[in-house]
Amino acid sequence: MVYNVNLLTRTQLQIQPNNYLKKVRQGTEVPRREDMDKKPDSRSEVVLQGNEACARAAVYAGCRFFAGYPITPSTEIIELLSSEMQKAGGAFIQMEDEIGSACAIIGARWGGSRAMTATSGPGYTLMQEAIGFAAVTETPIVIVNVQRGGPSTGQPTLSSQQDIYQARYGSHGDYGIIVLSPSSVQEMYDFTIKAFDLAEQFRTPVILLADEVVGHMREKITVHTGDRNIKRPKQRFAVSPSVDFFNGANSLVEGQLHDDMGRRIGHLPNKSGEFIEKINRKISDNVGMIADITTYCMEDADAAIVAYGSVARPALNAVKRARGIKDDRILPKFRVVRDLVKRGVKETMKTDYSHLKVGLIKINTVWPFPEDLLRQAAENVHTVIVPEMNVGKYCREVERVLWDKNVVPMPKCGGNIHTPKEILEKILEEEGVDE
Amino acid sequence: MNKLYEKYIKTESLPTLFCPGCGNGIIQYAAIGAFEKLDSSGEIPSSDIACVSGIGCSSWIPCYFKLDVMHTMHGRALAFAEGLKLSRPEKKIVVFTGDGDCLAIGGNHLLHAAARNIDLTVVMVNNYIYGMTGGQKSPTTPKEAVTKTSPFGCIDEPIDGCRLVTSLGASYVARWTTAHPAQLEKAIAEGISHRGFSFIEVLSQCPVQAGKSVYGEKDPSKIMEGYKKNTYLFRGGEAKPDKDGRIPIGLLHRDDEAEEYLDKVEKKLKSQGLR
Ligand SMILES: Cc1ncc(C[n+]2csc(CCOP(=O)(O)OP(=O)(O)O)c2C)c(N)n1
Ligand code: SF4
Ligand SMILES: [Mg+2]
Repeated sequence: MVYNVNLLTRTQLQIQPNNYLKKVRQGTEVPRREDMDKKPDSRSEVVLQGNEACARAAVYAGCRFFAGYPITPSTEIIELLSSEMQKAGGAFIQMEDEIGSACAIIGARWGGSRAMTATSGPGYTLMQEAIGFAAVTETPIVIVNVQRGGPSTGQPTLSSQQDIYQARYGSHGDYGIIVLSPSSVQEMYDFTIKAFDLAEQFRTPVILLADEVVGHMREKITVHTGDRNIKRPKQRFAVSPSVDFFNGANSLVEGQLHDDMGRRIGHLPNKSGEFIEKINRKISDNVGMIADITTYCMEDADAAIVAYGSVARPALNAVKRARGIKDDRILPKFRVVRDLVKRGVKETMKTDYSHLKVGLIKINTVWPFPEDLLRQAAENVHTVIVPEMNVGKYCREVERVLWDKNVVPMPKCGGNIHTPKEILEKILEEEGVDE
Repeated sequence: MNKLYEKYIKTESLPTLFCPGCGNGIIQYAAIGAFEKLDSSGEIPSSDIACVSGIGCSSWIPCYFKLDVMHTMHGRALAFAEGLKLSRPEKKIVVFTGDGDCLAIGGNHLLHAAARNIDLTVVMVNNYIYGMTGGQKSPTTPKEAVTKTSPFGCIDEPIDGCRLVTSLGASYVARWTTAHPAQLEKAIAEGISHRGFSFIEVLSQCPVQAGKSVYGEKDPSKIMEGYKKNTYLFRGGEAKPDKDGRIPIGLLHRDDEAEEYLDKVEKKLKSQGLR
């Protein structure tokens, strides 16, 4: 029989990298060939498309299995990984559908390989049952959703943020989940790596909720060029700690509610209730460790824009316009105006917004909802504008937490991103013109 | 307790949830017999075997095994198994599935796994009914059978899983019944050691949710007797019911030359200088 030797040793390496490397250093184990090839970690600057950045980051993050099914606007990820995954010693398969893709990555993760799939729109809907299975079996997987407009086939080539609630509540039943929302190509790269680490740390599926704008834009970013030394976190947060397959543990991965041994408890209301509570609380009790927001010009702000994903880009531009900030250092290589011109939006900025003390709160981890961080950041403002590319969904969460503020939804559907001017006009409307 | 049971069954999880007279217990015992055959001969240690199953009574068969087991989603066992196999190509994966799980909701995965000829062993328990949900028509339910969802008699042409996967490229295909436990055990062992997609259909009984209308009998032992009477040992030709309507059993198809999926992947990567 011919076995994939490269793949084998890689997988085994992932199981016990620390012990193994220690033994290599002590000289009690001969380093395997591909470890001698291991390049030291270093960084370089490259121009990448968002989807490409995501694929590259997955390989760096130790992902060694990718299963997918092509769909716009996420297709570049499966295309790139159809060669890169195998070059890295991992495995790739184009499955017969997205249900199969989501299931295959769960299977691969129990085999010991970090695993990912990527999709959009209808494909993401098809994955929902498997996401619930990953949540209840505490399988660390990463699912990328490069959002397009829906419902149904909807708008294959245009952007949206309509899946914000599906990302949190898409599968049936109650479970906790982590969802990251990148606003730039650099964040597509960084958040992909972070997604793998959070998935392993909290033993949970993690969704990278991107959208067509960040998926398809190109920016100069910093990437890792070497190989990563992947640490295997302790299963501190797992409700039922479990061992990868083929380690002699007789693991039982069970979709029915189960005890530590994997035995079903679904027919026992008390035990089941406890299980559900734990599976939710392992995320909700640790929001402090997971939550991540970025603020700009919030120190003296009277009004805040709360935005996530690609919409944070025009939101930041709006802040800079109002504040008279010209340099690009805040969000490097900020190109939203050019993107807008490409999309046929003609922008004139004649109105004077300079009296508006506006800041931006950019939400990086959209779920679990970063309540405390948001409250702190928005403490001194009275108006909060929430632009999003959907009918106004996430603003309900913002309203719930900032109930004592003037929270103004700013929905936009159809595929065009908000313009900085639209956002500033909205603030002007709420804050009034300086007399 | 039986030695084989002690070695392969998590006795603390017993009793199983199977009803008295159910065929699943016989199949479970045949499977551990097959594991033992391979383990004791040193061919495949049982620590190199993992099981994956879908949803249905038959998918509970592996949940009591002292092995690594994944009890997954209705219809999707094969997709999970393919991911597991690709991540650990050196291991052997056995999939337990039902007629509904495998041929209805999981049909698409079956088509593609068979066409890939990926090294998995599928044990499809065909009890001609949806047992777990209480006796509704399945893709194998005989025509005219009255079930909870075919009250006027089933009108759909039943699907022959063995012929289906053979036509697609599965390289080991066998059919046995719960009345042939020794042969079944041997077939499962052969299927596991065969490199390629092995598909073993087991004609089984669900005496609780299906009876006379489906099997012509209600009593489990009579149903099994029926399986002996209404089958014939296949000796080549086309694996179809004979003129008396008897169903072929035995090894229906085997091709040891057929290239296995992971081997094909390896070959491609080598040709590209990637291995
Ligand atoms: C997506 C989904 N749809 C429906 C069900 C309900 N369901 C559970 S088992 C089953 C049928 C099982 O039939 P079969 O595969 O023949 O297994 P058996 O119980 O007969 O062994 C169905 C429809 C489910 N669990 N999941
Ligand atoms: S319902 Fe039928 S298939 Fe299910 S355990 Fe009972 S007898 Fe077996
Ligand atoms: Mg059945």
